Amino acid sequence: MLTPNSIPEEKVKLSNKQIIIKFLTNNMVTIMFIVLGLAGFFIAGMNPFLFLFDIVARMSRNSFLVLSLIIPVVAGMGLNFSIVLGAMAGQALLIFVTHWGITGLPGILLCIVLVTPLSMFLGYLTGKLFNKAKGQEMIAGLILAFFAQGIYELIFLQLVGGIIPMENRVLIMGQGIGVRTTVDLTDGLKYGLDWPGLSWGMPNLLRPTLPWTIIVGVIVLLVGYLAYILFFKGKRASMPKLISAAAVGGFLVYWSVNQIQTASMINMVRIPLLTWFVILALCLFIVFFSKTKLGQDMRSVGQDRHVAAVSGIQVDRVRVIAIMMSMVMASWGHIIFLQNMGAFSTYGSHEQIGLYSVAALLIGGATVTKATIGQALLGVFLFHTLFIVSPSAGRQLFGDAQVGEYFRVFVAYGVIGATLAMHAWRKLLQRKGELGV
Amino acid sequence: MGEPYLLQMKNIGKSYYGTQVLQDINLSLKPGEIHAIVGENGAGKSTLMNILFGMEVIHSTGGYEGEIHVNGKKEEIDSPQKAMEMGIGMVHQEFMLLPNFTITENIKLNRENLKPSFLSRVFGEKTKRLDFPTMNADARKALNKLDIDIEEYVMVAGLPVGYMQLTEIAREIDKTNVKVIVFDEPTAVLAESEAERLLEAMKIIAEEGIAILFITHRLDEVIAISDNITVLRDGKLVATKKAEETDASQLAELMVGRKIEKMVHGEERDFKNEIALKTQNLVVHMPGEKVKGVDLEIKKGEFFGIGGLAGQGKVGVANGIMGLYPGTGQVWINGKPLGLNSPSKSMARGLAYVSEDRRGVGLLLDSSVELNIVITSLQNQDKFLKNYGLLRLMDNKGIHQHALKMIKELDIRCTGPTQLVKRLSGGNQQKVCIARALTMQPDILFVSEPTRGIDVGAKRLVLETLVRLNDELGMTIIMTSSELGELRSVCDRIAIVSEGAIAGILRPGDPDADYGLLMGGKRKRRGA
Repeated sequence: MLTPNSIPEEKVKLSNKQIIIKFLTNNMVTIMFIVLGLAGFFIAGMNPFLFLFDIVARMSRNSFLVLSLIIPVVAGMGLNFSIVLGAMAGQALLIFVTHWGITGLPGILLCIVLVTPLSMFLGYLTGKLFNKAKGQEMIAGLILAFFAQGIYELIFLQLVGGIIPMENRVLIMGQGIGVRTTVDLTDGLKYGLDWPGLSWGMPNLLRPTLPWTIIVGVIVLLVGYLAYILFFKGKRASMPKLISAAAVGGFLVYWSVNQIQTASMINMVRIPLLTWFVILALCLFIVFFSKTKLGQDMRSVGQDRHVAAVSGIQVDRVRVIAIMMSMVMASWGHIIFLQNMGAFSTYGSHEQIGLYSVAALLIGGATVTKATIGQALLGVFLFHTLFIVSPSAGRQLFGDAQVGEYFRVFVAYGVIGATLAMHAWRKLLQRKGELGV
Repeated sequence: MGEPYLLQMKNIGKSYYGTQVLQDINLSLKPGEIHAIVGENGAGKSTLMNILFGMEVIHSTGGYEGEIHVNGKKEEIDSPQKAMEMGIGMVHQEFMLLPNFTITENIKLNRENLKPSFLSRVFGEKTKRLDFPTMNADARKALNKLDIDIEEYVMVAGLPVGYMQLTEIAREIDKTNVKVIVFDEPTAVLAESEAERLLEAMKIIAEEGIAILFITHRLDEVIAISDNITVLRDGKLVATKKAEETDASQLAELMVGRKIEKMVHGEERDFKNEIALKTQNLVVHMPGEKVKGVDLEIKKGEFFGIGGLAGQGKVGVANGIMGLYPGTGQVWINGKPLGLNSPSKSMARGLAYVSEDRRGVGLLLDSSVELNIVITSLQNQDKFLKNYGLLRLMDNKGIHQHALKMIKELDIRCTGPTQLVKRLSGGNQQKVCIARALTMQPDILFVSEPTRGIDVGAKRLVLETLVRLNDELGMTIIMTSSELGELRSVCDRIAIVSEGAIAGILRPGDPDADYGLLMGGKRKRRGA
């Protein structure tokens, strides 16, 4: 019998202090943003109602886009800055569908149906490019986005109205060529997906208030989790996790019931139900996908391309598929984003998408090599909290809202830079560790 | 014939661009047989395995000669996939494991058990779900076969090397059709006890009726475990022997093709009474190899050996004098004191060091041969630099020429000075280390474990090089080695280190028993 005498004894036991330090260093970025967000919230003297109103809208419009970044990270391709291309595709379809005059949910569905093959094609090309630039996907994606911007401008400034016929007094510029710099979706695709939640005429069941949504949501989640533990044997429930989840849920329910009874303004915050169902569906899809053969292949490729290739996994193909999936999700995500905004700058609104989405994901605690759904959603929440509070915090502190604005931009770029630097540093340490053996 | 051979390779030959690298190799394997293949670097072991695996490098260069029969049927193995289909598996020298996967996931890598999901109806095979219960059960079965008592849901990251290797083996035996497993130098990275465990596992597998091809350079292992042994030399089959009919020295002889003889001056050499290096109460804090007070006197032009068991401190001596680990005590070079704890000071005094940690400290693996050869001189002696006033740039031409000279002199086998060092074999990497030390033009050369992890033929070349340097250039060489035989074949005197101090100094000709006693810690000072 081979005895396991040299199996590591669950690593060396860390002291409590070491555990706390490790936790703090590993979650430095997230903790910093929680502190910043809270500080800003109190300095600005935010009205909780306005804050919740804003954050619900912002999260529902942006979460899908940020979630689209997860799959390439899993496949070891880093932060996919090339989602800008997907955003362009989505935007292009919004312009055309607006021109065709199809409005509301059918219009959005048409956009989704038509943009899917287009973004798959773009994703395929991008994936091929990334396979030629293995290890440099992030910078390749950034540059690719700049390059694509040129082509996008060529098409919509020069070709549309000319070679591509489009007659539309509202959309096309005066001389008949080129799309105007802003496209207004009002009375068209605006709220195409959000409408049940945001139109006054709809029955209340389709536009629940925030407290009610929380109550129902918590109950559904708890029941679902318990059922999951009970019916899938072999799943060990971790007690501390369960208890803390129950505690948080309990608090939320208590708070919600309280709000409903006091009839505060918060009962005016409505949830765009359909949008959130779509986001939930994407989350469930990602969870499910990670347990499929293809998902496992991506995880393998993400860890070590060479080992994956030797085991017969078609590495390049898997990578291309990962980028295609991300690209399709990004195009959908951008459509969801813009239908909520209601108007967009034709030549600018997609530019910042890659950067801000990546920043949001990183703020949630993700890294170049690891990203989860929870991190994405938390990141969106924290990032937009900062967006909401920083102008008024800036005004309170410096007498100028613009300072808060500057700070926000500084933070977005800073966090990306810092995370990439930290990643490089960790890799260096790892390599040193290997040599030391 | 008549006997049921599992695998037969008949008259296998291979040439690359007109150079015959393999010729007339015959190899037969029966179920449950452990068959060792030994040979020096370049003897053709890896080419033979590449042929067996249908590697692309073989087929993109014109295929091979001869026939491969599996189960008595002639087969054309033209791709690794085909080889796997034929039931040929391989345990790689470098682990093909994913650290953040569990043992199960690694064993089942790309062979996961699947069950249908709602997506797979539309999108096909790739979107089926993984069937973890079945995968875990299969993994458990494979691990049980090897008698490994470790949970299959443990992450591979952090496992001891031996367990990683066993995981790889479990992966091979989990492949239902596997008939032959090739072990490519499996014990090279393992500690003694782990290697033993591995050999045990190999026996278990063989009892299951799976044939094993075992490539290694540890001859005692070959004798201990194999049924049959095939010796290759220069692309030709030299002998196929039954294990019980041969022994390690005969195998070594067959591999090298000449008797391993004493390499130098059988007679004792006399040195002038010039002391090149003197230490007094040298203490070195090197983890695992602590030196607790060493007094030595080494004469100019001497080939001095430092031996002893692992962990007793022999490796620490050179590391301390070179300033790589913190040390205290007195050291004199040519009669003048040397400040410790500073590698650059030591080098400035004409010392050079070939480290025992070749791949870690010794080499810049991702850099070229030429840069590796000159880097120390470049940094410490301002050699190979061109001065342009404010700027000093590398003299690429000079470096290239010097590298070519070294490659020729030391017979470094590489495609040229610009090849990456990590692509070289162990023996040639060692020569690059020596070339770098020589570029410093040292008075005293420290060499630690110069032959660790390289095969018999390359060992010999490395040792011969050292002897030549000592003879022709009069360089004082201090060699640390765990292999006594090696020390005794080249050194004038050998100090045995035990418990951090010199137990005694012996001549190569002294009886084995003396060495044994000193290594065991018995102090017995003999005149030297």
